[in-house]
Amino acid sequence: MSTFAPLFAEIWLAVAGMALLMLGVFRGKRSTRLVAGLTVGAFIVAFMAIAGDMARPGIAMGGLFIVDDFAVFMKTLVLLGAGLTLVLSLGFIRRENMERFEYPVLVLFATLGMLMMVSANDLISLYMGLELQSLALYVIAAFQRDSLRSTEAGLKYFVLGALASGMLLYGCSLVYGFTGTTRFEALADLFAVGHGEVSVGVVIGLVFIAAGLAFKVSAVPFHMWTPDVYEGAPTPVTAFFAVAPKIAAMALLIRVMMQPFGDLVAQWQQILIFVSVGSMLLGAFAALVQDNIKRLMAYSSIGHVGYALLGLAAGSEAGITGILVYMAIYLAMNVGAFGCILAMRRQNRMIETIPDLAGLSRTNPKMALAMGIFMFSMAGIPPLAGFFGKFYIFLAVIEAGMYGLAVIGVLTSVVGAYYYLRIVKVMCFDEPADPFDAPVGSEISIVVTVSAAFVLLFLLYPAPLLRSAQAAAVALLP
Amino acid sequence: MDTFPFLSLTIALPLIGALFIMLMPKDEEVEARNARNVALWTSVITFVLSLFLWGLFDTTTAAFQFAERRVWVDSFAISYHLGVDGISVFFILLTTFLTPLCIMASWRAIEHRVREYMIAFLVLEAMMVGVFCALDMVLFYLFFEGTLIPMFLIIGVWGGPRRVYATFKFFLYTLLGSVLFLLAIMAMYLEASTTDIPTLMVTSFSFDAQRWLFLALFASFAVKVPMWPVHTWLPDAHVEAPTAGSMVLAGVLLKFGGYGFLRFSLPMLPEASEFFTPMIFSLSVVAVIYTSLVALAQEDMKKLIAYSSVAHMGFVTIGIFTFNTQGIEGAIMVMLSHGVVSAALFLCVGVVYDRMHSRLIQSYGGLVHRMPLYAFTFLLFTLASVGLPGTSGFIGEFLTLVGAYQANTWVAALATIGIILGPAYMLWLYRRVVFGDLTKDELKDILDIGPREIAIFAPMIVLVMVLGIYPEPFFDVIRVSVENLVAQSGGTIDGVQAMALVAE
Repeated sequence: MSTFAPLFAEIWLAVAGMALLMLGVFRGKRSTRLVAGLTVGAFIVAFMAIAGDMARPGIAMGGLFIVDDFAVFMKTLVLLGAGLTLVLSLGFIRRENMERFEYPVLVLFATLGMLMMVSANDLISLYMGLELQSLALYVIAAFQRDSLRSTEAGLKYFVLGALASGMLLYGCSLVYGFTGTTRFEALADLFAVGHGEVSVGVVIGLVFIAAGLAFKVSAVPFHMWTPDVYEGAPTPVTAFFAVAPKIAAMALLIRVMMQPFGDLVAQWQQILIFVSVGSMLLGAFAALVQDNIKRLMAYSSIGHVGYALLGLAAGSEAGITGILVYMAIYLAMNVGAFGCILAMRRQNRMIETIPDLAGLSRTNPKMALAMGIFMFSMAGIPPLAGFFGKFYIFLAVIEAGMYGLAVIGVLTSVVGAYYYLRIVKVMCFDEPADPFDAPVGSEISIVVTVSAAFVLLFLLYPAPLLRSAQAAAVALLP
Repeated sequence: MDTFPFLSLTIALPLIGALFIMLMPKDEEVEARNARNVALWTSVITFVLSLFLWGLFDTTTAAFQFAERRVWVDSFAISYHLGVDGISVFFILLTTFLTPLCIMASWRAIEHRVREYMIAFLVLEAMMVGVFCALDMVLFYLFFEGTLIPMFLIIGVWGGPRRVYATFKFFLYTLLGSVLFLLAIMAMYLEASTTDIPTLMVTSFSFDAQRWLFLALFASFAVKVPMWPVHTWLPDAHVEAPTAGSMVLAGVLLKFGGYGFLRFSLPMLPEASEFFTPMIFSLSVVAVIYTSLVALAQEDMKKLIAYSSVAHMGFVTIGIFTFNTQGIEGAIMVMLSHGVVSAALFLCVGVVYDRMHSRLIQSYGGLVHRMPLYAFTFLLFTLASVGLPGTSGFIGEFLTLVGAYQANTWVAALATIGIILGPAYMLWLYRRVVFGDLTKDELKDILDIGPREIAIFAPMIVLVMVLGIYPEPFFDVIRVSVENLVAQSGGTIDGVQAMALVAE
């Protein structure tokens, strides 16, 4: 029994997912809201199990599965992201012809896959978690079956995602072929300093693995799917995509790079520097000309991933701490911003272009205030939380002596500030357009208010988040 | 030391006022009136509170007073550390002095979205006070950048026709400079393991590191001062900002740059500061002469005053980098004087703009016939701006030139050209707007300044005259800190000599 204790949350979610699937099948179409509510409940239980002491640190399933402070930290973020975005989608499901109980169940299975990814301690379990997540995500991207764009998004995501999974798997097989093991600890031992040259095959495998994971976090040059999928997928699904899978994939990328391949820094550092600079540049410049707010958020998320990867490129404990803080803040900003985007409805239809926000500060001051807070925070303007996210990343980069990288990073953040400010400009300076539908729904108001409060007041008491991020980073590094 | 938290309270009061306005019930007419009153009273109380800082100030020490310190982020050795010395205390007073005047100046000029306007202004005040009393670099940066958000909104929402362009330019220029400053803060933290300003002042960095750090700091402060050639955001921002926005921009925000040089560059990076002095002198001299010439060619009153601000700020940077007591005291005095005088001049423009809705010089002429009181006020501030003895402008410019003469004769000589050009454009502006015949029909029934406007101008006039005639109480507070600064930055003249020179 004790070997299963670390897996409690995952087992619970798997059982709950199957039970909810049954419930949905037997009760039919009307059960969507019930299933969604119960899914949120299942997330809460899993969250408490992970945050509490049910999931004791340890290794399970013969070393395939690991629970440490890092995993706990990331899993909390994943569950928060999944839970909050599911709550945000409750109203949407009802209104937009998505009354199908499979949606919450698929979100649940995707989340289960993410938890597996975060805890993966072996190339095989890594791939299992990743595929469970990806397959569920392909389906929910195309969930609005009668919408051409949604179907297109799903298909595009599937084709490109499958390609990336293939690359990843090929990379894993190369590493296995040249080392004879898939276990992270064994790999780390093999590559430990003083064990001689690393064979070319391993390096090629490493490059393939990095490419596959870069696709999952949508970093340049594997970002092409992101804008289309973000724009095409139903908005609550986009919100979900923007937070949970990204955090999980980032956790996976960090663990793979720092643990099994930790001593091959020299080999992967250049890749990460290139990927991160590319993402920051593309995220900043491509977003300048976007008119669709979901597309804009896609480019913005590419940029954010670029900043987070800077911390990984630094390859130090401070860098990992920086990423963890950044991802936590990124979660709050994105959940809040998507909450606002979900509230953009006129005559009972979703609208998603930036000019539609015109004059929001007069037609709906509260929403404009919240959106303004998120935008300024994403631009990294102090005293909002987004500033602190960038602060710790750049601190680590400077500590690693990569001054050029830091300068490129802050300069792109100035370019990026322009498009966030543009949204504020449209909301506050332009003449009001027709007001949005009111009320927006209590679940959206609550989630948006809580995230706005977090982003605004983070500076008053940043210590707990920093401390747990630091503990998580320490746990990850040997 | 457990003292009454004056500084925290000075920062918190405007925020509390802003929160109060935010929570007020919504009702168009009443709401606007209440918002104005709450904002005015909050800022007046803040001013009174800040007077205690001066009253209780110990002029015999250069140490930071009213210090407050609380652990903020323990794992990164960042603390909430506030304190003032002789250099910063008057900037706080300048901020709290100008804010109520700005709010009164907006009493009628701002008609729509009054609530939001007042909230933005009070938040801005809190941030500005925070900048001048922060004793932790990260905290300083938070306040420094935090001013951007309210100012962005003030220009963007309540500004003129090209406000969007102007406010974006203002925001992005400043941000571009400050992100490099942020990297410098991090580099200094990693070197010294602290962001505490008093500790960093006694940390010595290697010369090589100093040069890079200096350039990063320079990028931020030079934009803020603004120095030529990165001054171009300023005329745009001033022209488009509402009157009170221009007042606070010229009065306080521009002082961040000079204050930054005094607080960070000189004491922390003394060798690099000396190394880069020729560059600063060259840019400043160009600024003084070039922008004065540009000012001569302006047709827009606000733009003219904006360019004159750049010229005055040239004197400030010259004074700061003389590394002697007179130069630095002069620079501080120019900043204080310019803070009041330029704010008053922008208000003078605002007064006629409210009536005629034009800022072009050619729309006016002969105002003295209809507005004698206005003509007097405008004249007084014009003369203060050109540095007529007996006004605050004179003291600062004179001391700066004395300091500059010791440091570099050529710089002093060239800067004097600016002193000649200053009256040229200011008096010419005055002649074209106020004197001459009242020929334009629409000016025939323009009204003179009313009681509200007199109430705004009166304290400014008093302050300008006091600073000009009897500046000793001010120097008394500044002196010890400046001498300490000169010693820290390895100045050439020791304290005793400097005092003797001032006494002469």
